Amino acid sequence: MMSRWNFLAAIGRIFISFLNSTGHLILFTATALRHVVLPPFFLRITFQQMLRIGYFSLPVVGLTAIFTGAVLALQIYIGGSRFNAEGFVGQVVVISMVRELGPVLAALMLAGRVSSAIAAEIGTMRVTEQIDALTTLATNPFKYLVAPRLIAATLTLPLLVLVADIIGVMGGFLAATQRLGLNAGIYMKTTLDVLQLEDVTSGLTKAAVFGFLIALMGCYHGYNSKGGAQGVGAATTDAVVSASILILLFNYVLTDFFFS
Amino acid sequence: MAQTQDTPKIAVSGLYKRFGGNQVLAGIDLEIGRGKSVVIIGGSGSGKSVTLKCILGLIKPDSGSIRIDGRESTGLSGTEREQVLARVGMLFQAAALFDSMSVWENVAFGLMQRQRMPAELAREKALAAMAKVGLEAGLADLNPAELSGGMQKRVGLARAIAPEPEILFFDEPTTGLDPIMSGIINELIIERVRELGATALTITHDMKSARRIADTIAMIYQGRIIWCGPADSIDECGEPHVEQFIRAKSEGPIALDVLRA
Repeated sequence: MMSRWNFLAAIGRIFISFLNSTGHLILFTATALRHVVLPPFFLRITFQQMLRIGYFSLPVVGLTAIFTGAVLALQIYIGGSRFNAEGFVGQVVVISMVRELGPVLAALMLAGRVSSAIAAEIGTMRVTEQIDALTTLATNPFKYLVAPRLIAATLTLPLLVLVADIIGVMGGFLAATQRLGLNAGIYMKTTLDVLQLEDVTSGLTKAAVFGFLIALMGCYHGYNSKGGAQGVGAATTDAVVSASILILLFNYVLTDFFFS
Repeated sequence: MAQTQDTPKIAVSGLYKRFGGNQVLAGIDLEIGRGKSVVIIGGSGSGKSVTLKCILGLIKPDSGSIRIDGRESTGLSGTEREQVLARVGMLFQAAALFDSMSVWENVAFGLMQRQRMPAELAREKALAAMAKVGLEAGLADLNPAELSGGMQKRVGLARAIAPEPEILFFDEPTTGLDPIMSGIINELIIERVRELGATALTITHDMKSARRIADTIAMIYQGRIIWCGPADSIDECGEPHVEQFIRAKSEGPIALDVLRA
């Protein structure tokens, strides 16, 4: 009998701690958003962050996209050949790349590259009292650290995904023409014919949301890290894991939204 | 808002703060007169740092009042808090220099962010502040990580005094420094505080430093101020906790939580 109550108590504790951290995160997000929209803005820092988050992520995102596009082409060819649909490789590659894989894979790569870096940087600033020092120098850490990163990631991720889309389609094109021997002219024509503006805009909207989530998770876990090197390590891991899960969760929510 | 010569610069009363099951502050009362230097002494975990952070507004107390220039500051946030902080300078225990910036950018940070000073003028002012703490202009473009602990402390001091604050806080200014560098930091603190005419609050467990810097010494124990008086009278205070602390005796009323076999 007793053990059953212990079991229920454990569930209750987990539930309460879940509500607690959710509330904490919502308050953090609300404060961050207020500082994103209200002046003063730190334009120079925002620009630096755009460079760090966007420009320096180009190689990683580009490599991910080209191999994904190429693999897609091969797999769709194999699958399609089972019901005589080999001719649809171009169409399926472009739609899956632009609507789905471009945004999601670029975002997951950036969760690893950017969310972790933000969490480690802000976390170290927290445990070495640099965030307190900012406050005592009458500079709001949300304004100075969090807002520029949120703005930069939200603006740059769509641009990165646009690049990833193009490179991914290129990868598919290369695999289809070089490995599968499909006709280059026909491949390009079918690709462009099937593509609709809505495919691109829905993908880029996803990218903007993912960018926001990546920076938010990095800032949130870094800002709340405690306990020295180990705490910063834990914050970094939490940032990457939570950013990745939120990306996949919001990917479904947004896809469902665009679907209807 | 009555503000006379007699209004203490900082007046703390009935300050309580609890972290989980740990009552860290249990009713702190402290007054710091204009232009005075008060040093709070006490062991590790006695509540010194939390008191300081409450006055700065980095930690929100559970209850109690903190008045700066007679004005209540516990509930302040946003711009009002920044207005209070704009008159404050703080030297952190491990200096807390921004490692993404050069030395001079650290020192000029308050001037550029808070006072919107153009970079060239701010650099000049930063170099002047650095000179006042004995740092050569040649160090200005280095990264803080390239400096020794004592140097970093001096950069931290330069950063705190550069905007010419009315109130200066020092968190363990001599911890981790060799005796000579400790002496230098003590002298620099005294000189700079005097020159600015600032009110100073220092927390430390270094008695040599406390005696050198303080007009008034307050001893904190178990979240309360148990003794407060002029620095030169501390040897005759007759309070057993203070006696034990300043003579560094292991036997006495302060029982440290040391596991004895």
